Amino acid sequence: MKEGRSLSDIFSLFASPLHFHMDWQGQKLAEQIMQIMLLVSAVIAFVAGYVLGSFQVMMIVYAGGVTLTALITVPNWPFFNHHPLNWLDPSEAEKHPKPQVTVSSKKKGSKK
Amino acid sequence: MHSFGYRLNGLLTFSVTILAVMCAMASLSDNLNTPSPSAEIQVTNINRFQKQPRGNDEVSLTMNISADLQTLFTWNTKQLFVFVAAEYKTPKNSLNQVSLWDAIIPSKEHAKFWIQTSNKYRFIDQGNNLRGKEFNLTLHWHAMPKTGKMFADKIVLTGYSFPEEYR
Repeated sequence: MKEGRSLSDIFSLFASPLHFHMDWQGQKLAEQIMQIMLLVSAVIAFVAGYVLGSFQVMMIVYAGGVTLTALITVPNWPFFNHHPLNWLDPSEAEKHPKPQVTVSSKKKGSKK
Repeated sequence: MHSFGYRLNGLLTFSVTILAVMCAMASLSDNLNTPSPSAEIQVTNINRFQKQPRGNDEVSLTMNISADLQTLFTWNTKQLFVFVAAEYKTPKNSLNQVSLWDAIIPSKEHAKFWIQTSNKYRFIDQGNNLRGKEFNLTLHWHAMPKTGKMFADKIVLTGYSFPEEYR
């Protein structure tokens, strides 16, 4: 079974950025932004509704806040990927396996 | 936050939880309201006062009802359910409550009103106790909220009585 990716696969990933997942820093940032924005929307919505005496105002402002938060934090925007982890290339040794001289070899290619 | 679907799910659940908290706070804010309602009812005419074939007394009367319930409305009030009940005591029942008229007030602008009406529902006693009986007319209301707790209260107006004889 041939393992590893061909070079064309790797290039196609770079070509369509939205198919990337976020990197770890980006995920943490997205979660923080989401929580803060939702709480701030809720506070602004409640205060606006209470002051204006309109329940409908509160609901509309909150719905707008939720939609804005969704647009910013849910898709894989590029600014969430500023610290990408660069996986090491498959090691050359595995591409060109050493011919086994002895039968009882310790290195038995035990990769999962 | 590993994928689009994961973040979307997290956003939806957190936003709905926060919405529940906002609704609870809106309901709690109703307790800050100190209402000062007023009402007056005049019985202008007793139209019928007869003993039915079955043996119970029945009354039909016309009332002028005027009330100012505007202070009961808050930002969290959906509508006000109002009804007028005649209350009196008989040997058989310590309290009789007969609903005579009700209405739904949908907004603050409609909450100050004057209406002349005969009783919407029939006023039938359990027995023959109404001749000369003193009774109260009580205006009850239920302030139905958009979210949360419903507040109910009443104004009791005393001093009404039925005629001594049937008419």
